[in-house]
Amino acid sequence: MGDQLIFTYDIDGSDFTRAGEASSSVKNKLKMLGVNSEIIRRVAIAMYEGEINMVIHADGGQITVTVSDDDIVMVLADRGPGIPDIGKAMQEGYSTARPEVRSLGFGAGMGLPNMKRYTDQMEIDTVVGKGTTITMKVAF
Amino acid sequence: MTIREMQKILDAQFLYGEELEDVDAEFVFSADMMSDVLAYCGKCSVLMTGLCNPQVVRTAEMLDIVCIIFVRGKMPDEHMLALAMEKGIAILATEHYMFTACGLLYEHGLRGGA
Ligand SMILES: Nc1ncnc2c1ncn2[C@@H]1O[C@H](COP(=O)(O)OP(=O)(O)OP(=O)(O)O)[C@@H](O)[C@H]1O
Ligand SMILES: [Mg+2]
Repeated sequence: MGDQLIFTYDIDGSDFTRAGEASSSVKNKLKMLGVNSEIIRRVAIAMYEGEINMVIHADGGQITVTVSDDDIVMVLADRGPGIPDIGKAMQEGYSTARPEVRSLGFGAGMGLPNMKRYTDQMEIDTVVGKGTTITMKVAF
Repeated sequence: MTIREMQKILDAQFLYGEELEDVDAEFVFSADMMSDVLAYCGKCSVLMTGLCNPQVVRTAEMLDIVCIIFVRGKMPDEHMLALAMEKGIAILATEHYMFTACGLLYEHGLRGGA
């Protein structure tokens, strides 16, 4: 086999209402591919947390999802402010979200730890002032 | 407990999904922060919340939630209902506040599943 399926999405950072559309689309595609529902759930939750982060912290970006025989890899790349202290950002409860974001139901500082919990591998590549790329892998 | 039974106990309005009335649920998660729902919802298949925006439906979708219950008279708009319809998620709305709504369901045997 060795076939790969690649899905790419542009994430609009100015539209909170539409945040999650990419994750929803991936969820549907994986369902149609007949992927195990627990794996779909993990991918959907992790990607949705990341997609929301791109909108509330980084003004959008691009997501690429690659489905291969062994795993699903999600790459979330933005040109936002970057993360100055990854150790802090990974702590449950740490959030720099603005009060408006909190009134929308986000900004509890749970997203990054949740993404780590639901995936088999997660890497954060970030440069302050340039942007952040998060790569997550879920193995079959 | 079926969605229909929850609707009766909460004196709730069925805003979408009457055809899902027989779907059975055992565990409920209630919160206004979707961050917490995503982190702690666990095996829950019903989400009770006082927050009312499209991300509530999105969050439910990602977690395979079968029914969203809006408390204290919150009314989802058409966009949210359309989204719920597309995803096959039942929507109930009750006038009860969160504590009372939770208490009523608990009294009738539902539990938190986080
Ligand atoms: N893509 C990003 N660009 C810049 N900063 C980010 C990005 N993602 C996360 N951060 C920073 O890391 C912090 C922690 O992120 P995390 O997702 O865990 O929590 P949150 O988004 O603030 O709240 P929650 O995820 O619970 O809604 C954020 O508050 C923000 O400061
Ligand atoms: Mg987050």
